Amino acid sequence: MSIISPGFGGRRRSSQPDLPPGQYLTHDFPVLSAGPTPRIPLDRWQFTVTDETGAKHSWSWQEFQALPAEDVTVDIHCVTKWSKLGTTWRGVSIDTLFENIETTADYTMVHGYGGYTTNVPLEDLLDGKAWVAYQFDGEPLAPEHGGPARLVVPHLYFWKSAKWVNGIEMLQQDEPGFWEEAGYHMYGDPWREQRYQGD
Amino acid sequence: MSEHELDGNAMAGDLREVFAVDVTTAVATCGGCGEPSVVARLRVWGPAPGLVARCPSCDDVVLRLVRGPERAWLDLRGAVSLQVAMPPLSTVAEG
Repeated sequence: MSIISPGFGGRRRSSQPDLPPGQYLTHDFPVLSAGPTPRIPLDRWQFTVTDETGAKHSWSWQEFQALPAEDVTVDIHCVTKWSKLGTTWRGVSIDTLFENIETTADYTMVHGYGGYTTNVPLEDLLDGKAWVAYQFDGEPLAPEHGGPARLVVPHLYFWKSAKWVNGIEMLQQDEPGFWEEAGYHMYGDPWREQRYQGD
Repeated sequence: MSEHELDGNAMAGDLREVFAVDVTTAVATCGGCGEPSVVARLRVWGPAPGLVARCPSCDDVVLRLVRGPERAWLDLRGAVSLQVAMPPLSTVAEG
């Protein structure tokens, strides 16, 4: 049993070295949603990268499944203070999606079905740092956890890992997404406890 | 799935902290479809990472409320207006 309780205290150093400050360990997988869960038939699913000129690069579900997939095991950290260690995902690296995309833009807006958005700098999506995952724990990703596919960018708070992801839009300047507009941090590094604006 | 869906009454405590009046009885007009709704009747998801209140007619986001440890953010860009019942002005004049 964990000796760490969630609590409502201020910033505390975790006694576990693999937990960022202020986080507690959970073994279940809490579901947090900002709206109704979209149901996307796979024959209508599409993932689109839009570059700064407006040019679009799209994959159907079938085309996406044909891309090289990776199995990754990562720790995830939610801004609501739970962390889950050693989660296993299968999906396509963002590096693979950007292999044939030329861009000079440094920022992105990640979009999901249902209208969710979150901003992530491009360098935080590349070099093996992020995936579009369609399996969790060896099973197809459940709709309440973002299936058929969600972004997984585990080194940032998990609100950056957009559920029901359907695209990445390149931006020349950083712009706030859904939660960033409403008080959450523009970057969201759990190790620096960047939860809210100004943290 | 609606397992996390609440209604606007779930925002009463947090809204009372920000406003001196009970905002759940106010009428919010949706910026998406223009439909007016009593705040208590908005469809609400949350409470974490924040409260998201959606229009019961079109599901657009009308109001977002994020409560940090020492700050709250109320985002009303999805509302055209918020109509709040007030005490009659005559009460003040007669006082």
